[in-house]
Amino acid sequence: MLTMDKSEDVIVPPADAAPAAVLPVAAERIAPDTVGDVTARNAVICVRGGNVHYGDTHALINVSLDIGRNEVIALIGPSGCGKSTFLRCLNRMNDTIESARVSGDFRLDGQDMYAKGTDVVMLRARVGMVFQKPNPFPKSIYENVAYGARIHGLAANRAELDDIVYGSLERAGLVDEVKDRLDDPGTGLSGGQQQRLCIARTIAVNPEVILMDEPCSALDPIATARIEDLIDELSAKYAIAIVTHSMQQAARVSTRTAYFHLGRIMEVGPTDRIFTNPSHKLTEDYVTGRFG
Amino acid sequence: MMVPDDDRSSRQLSPEETRRRVDASLRRRYRRERLFRFYGLFSVCLGVVFLLLLFGTIIGNGYSAFRQSFIHLDIHFDADVIDPDGARDSDVLSVADYSLLVKAALRELIPEAASRAERRELNQLVSAGAIFSLRDTVMADPQILGQTKPLWLPLNSEVDLWLKAQASGKVGAEVSTRLSEQQLAWLERLQAGERIELRLNRAFFTSGDSREPELAGIWGATKGSFFMLLVTLLLSFPLGVAAAIYLEEFARRSWWVDVVEVNINNLAAVPSIVFGLLGLAVFINFFGLPRSAPLVGGLVLTLMTLPVVIIASRAAIKSVPPSVREAALGIGASPMQMVFHHVLPLAMPGMLTGAIIGMARALGESAPLLMIGMVAFIVDVPSGPMSPSTALPVQIYLWADSPERAFVERTSAAIMVLLAFLLVMNATAVWLRSRFERRW
Amino acid sequence: MRLPTLLLILVAIVLAAFFLGRQRALSLARPAGGIRSLHSLPKYYGYYAALGAVLPGIALLLMWAAFSESLITARVVQSLPEALRNQPDAELGLTLNDIRNLAAGQMFDESRRAEFAVAADLYNSLRESSRRILSGLVVALSFSGFALAWFQLRPQFRARNRVEGAVKVALILASLLAIATTIGILLSVSFEAVRFFRQVPLSEFLFGLNWSPQTAIRAGQVGSSGTFGAVPLFVGTLLISGIALLVAVPIGLMIAIYLSEYARPALRRIVKPVLEVLAGIPTVVYGYFAALTVAPMIRLAGQQLGLEVASEAALGAGLVMGIMIIPFVSSLSDDAINAVPQAMRDGSFALGATRSETIKRVVVPAALPGIVGGVLLAASRAIGETMIVVMAAGLSANLSFNPLQSVTTVTVQIVTLLVGDQEFDSPKTLAAFALGLMLFIVTLLLNIIALQVVRRYREQYE
Repeated sequence: MLTMDKSEDVIVPPADAAPAAVLPVAAERIAPDTVGDVTARNAVICVRGGNVHYGDTHALINVSLDIGRNEVIALIGPSGCGKSTFLRCLNRMNDTIESARVSGDFRLDGQDMYAKGTDVVMLRARVGMVFQKPNPFPKSIYENVAYGARIHGLAANRAELDDIVYGSLERAGLVDEVKDRLDDPGTGLSGGQQQRLCIARTIAVNPEVILMDEPCSALDPIATARIEDLIDELSAKYAIAIVTHSMQQAARVSTRTAYFHLGRIMEVGPTDRIFTNPSHKLTEDYVTGRFG
Repeated sequence: MMVPDDDRSSRQLSPEETRRRVDASLRRRYRRERLFRFYGLFSVCLGVVFLLLLFGTIIGNGYSAFRQSFIHLDIHFDADVIDPDGARDSDVLSVADYSLLVKAALRELIPEAASRAERRELNQLVSAGAIFSLRDTVMADPQILGQTKPLWLPLNSEVDLWLKAQASGKVGAEVSTRLSEQQLAWLERLQAGERIELRLNRAFFTSGDSREPELAGIWGATKGSFFMLLVTLLLSFPLGVAAAIYLEEFARRSWWVDVVEVNINNLAAVPSIVFGLLGLAVFINFFGLPRSAPLVGGLVLTLMTLPVVIIASRAAIKSVPPSVREAALGIGASPMQMVFHHVLPLAMPGMLTGAIIGMARALGESAPLLMIGMVAFIVDVPSGPMSPSTALPVQIYLWADSPERAFVERTSAAIMVLLAFLLVMNATAVWLRSRFERRW
Repeated sequence: MRLPTLLLILVAIVLAAFFLGRQRALSLARPAGGIRSLHSLPKYYGYYAALGAVLPGIALLLMWAAFSESLITARVVQSLPEALRNQPDAELGLTLNDIRNLAAGQMFDESRRAEFAVAADLYNSLRESSRRILSGLVVALSFSGFALAWFQLRPQFRARNRVEGAVKVALILASLLAIATTIGILLSVSFEAVRFFRQVPLSEFLFGLNWSPQTAIRAGQVGSSGTFGAVPLFVGTLLISGIALLVAVPIGLMIAIYLSEYARPALRRIVKPVLEVLAGIPTVVYGYFAALTVAPMIRLAGQQLGLEVASEAALGAGLVMGIMIIPFVSSLSDDAINAVPQAMRDGSFALGATRSETIKRVVVPAALPGIVGGVLLAASRAIGETMIVVMAAGLSANLSFNPLQSVTTVTVQIVTLLVGDQEFDSPKTLAAFALGLMLFIVTLLLNIIALQVVRRYREQYE
């Protein structure tokens, strides 16, 4: 396993970057609505022209974006702008909503996620998700983490399962707090601990990508800080896409940021540039707090 | 390279291995998924099949009861037999032996039945109740004496069953019957002579109970049920609404109100037969009310449906938005005026819906009525809530218990009538709800 | 005067009181400067007068109804000859019944007519005079009540508050009726049950293995014959309810799961009401269905398999009872399953669980308390169900766990003991109340536990 310096993985734009006019032609063709480079080197997820309809509402319009291995990409934008919808497309969670229709090209490792032969179970095993509100199962802490491994048959025996549970709790930074009470119900933990339990539960399946839908919005600042540290640690192993309302958070944890507005991605770029020198007027208005 | 700080994490599966293991589990898991889904669909189908089977059995057994076999006889109202004195005294007319007229008419039709035994077999074909319709004819119009009039008279239930089996296409040995060869031969002759016909069974809808299936009807039981429901409605609706108003609008939260609330919920789930025991011990043994009276039945059913009405009424009152209350109080109405002038009218449709559903439940209830003596064999149609009577579901129970085969179709037919009543009541409730339901 | 006439007179007095009261308010108001000088609207003065007229009369009427019959009976008993008066209670009850029948002109047994003629006449005359006194008193009370109210009326009289106070008392009384019913059940049933336990020891009733109440015949040998060991009834009840739950719980639960997790909305809209029809069918219909269709079917199937099947096998009654409670289980499970937050399902789906894995491992465990509560309520329903078992289960108290045998249940025995001619105070009749008490206590406990469990569960996800 390679340890990589975060900055290495970031696609650093040319120094004189920004205005749409100087973008590579190819990128413009890929995403005509979007300012900035939507592509990523070493991409694990590749979306081109993604659309989502909920009944009559067009929730996601012609969105293209790559997510690279070992990068943390933050999806920001005002509420109802489609960032959560986009996130839910990446492991086909929209399938559970009856009125949702998804079209466009979504690829995981070059394979079409929405192709007929693609297996949702396998897809979700590879692309994990953490939700806005911590949602531990009404089971013991141990069983919560073991759940994924059990259903997927990842452990051949009890010892292997123990390894998976301990390892996941450890990587989620929770093991010291819960190792003496693995049989207590997961719902008895504090909010921040519950959310880290959910993260442990997700990484127990050994996914390649972790999607996080405002994982800290229900937590207090201290718990939030711990989760942010955790995301930082996890980024060494996983590609992470995080939806957040907090621009500070996006700035702290992500290497790249995409700004969503009314179902479109308005701008994509390295996080520091998006926050210091946005190219799009709307991005600027948003990050400077004029609306949102 | 990441340094393993613990041998546990070093043993973490590689992504490829993870993918391989997930892949290996898929076949088995999708098979289970399909199986589980199938169990679900199967259960739903099972439920629907049970319902269809139930309705199929009832309707299949019962539809034939709405028709009844009649024989066309030319009855000579022989004044010498009915009223030898010629006084036309109604006391004499009412006790005269009308069976002689029937026998005479039958003998005329089938003269070759000569021996005593043969004649008895012949006379058995006609219902023992035929004489009542002759008596009614004479009582209504004594002038008829001396004349001959063709009349349709009901046949015995055993004959009726045989004829209906024939009409439905069964022949010969397929039909089990207690009729003798000789009787069957006569019947075939009468059929050939178009003397026998299946006609609308009016007695079923107009008379009370009877030991003779061909004379038994549901009118007595229906009226008994009606009186009972009347008592129940008149008592449980106002009482239930009043209790609901108090609990929703006036009662302050306290342990006492909690007790009342828990108690109401529990009461809704107490077995109905226990209410029957209460009725027997309190209304009949303590207060000395008569047994078998719809009044007592109605009282018992009131206690039984009260929780249902209270729960529904509370829900209806709760759904009236507080703004209505604030507006009324704001213009100076007293709390009582606010409730009776504003909240109650708005909650009324919901309360009525609850009351109708409660009434439908009461209509179908029979266990508590067994306890208070409504299972008696009562021929007379009840005239009021104090006269002895039975109820529709109890009538069904009584008939289902009778040994005569002909009661099978009548039981099923009575069930069809009961279900029709319930359907109408529930449909009314649904209609009321959809018609007046407001979303605030 | 007969009761309906009396009631009509009362209504007339009340109406008159209302109009007079209103009139009085108006006439009081005129010199003082019109209606505005009154404290309340004139109609409230009318209501107040009417209440004054009606309440005392009604109270007396109710008291009279409650006690007159027993007072009259006591007088009649006193008048009876020594020999009759000193009979045991059961016999005395029969004698009194005869006297009442004779008084009502419904006695056809000529031999006993002479014996009771005096008593019957006395009974009739006492009732007649009681009725007369009652009528007089009620009318007099109504008038005086009205007069009292009338003289209280002043322009500043707070009529509305008084009337509303009375209405509020009525509302409170109505809400207490539910409590009164529970207490009434407990008192009346346990009163008779205690009398039973005085004759048959509680331990024999609870632990005895032999039930044959029919041998307990008329007085003289009361208590010395007939055995009242209720264990076979309890076992029979458990057996049949157990079969019913075995049918209803899996099917009902799977229906709820399928409809809430798999079925498309269109299918749900059709199937749900169809299944609710199943819940609305009267139990007597199920009983008939069990006796007419299901029992013969089971017997036939048993013969094909070479099994000995009783004609009133527990299986038939249990099966049909199970069908009856399917909609009950499914609608309560449906509520419980729908209360599980969607986030819980999402969490499982996001880990790659299939739908059935999510249901089996997350949704159902999460909904378990609600489902268990529903099953407990269903069990209480099955235990208390009467008509199906009366029509399709047996009468003989076999101590057996074999579903192909005929067993009897608590409710069946209550019905058989109390339907038809009954002698009061014989242990046979009283046994029914003892069984009723058991039934009430057991179902009450089940209900309280179930409702509590369900309530806790709802609060958990609210």
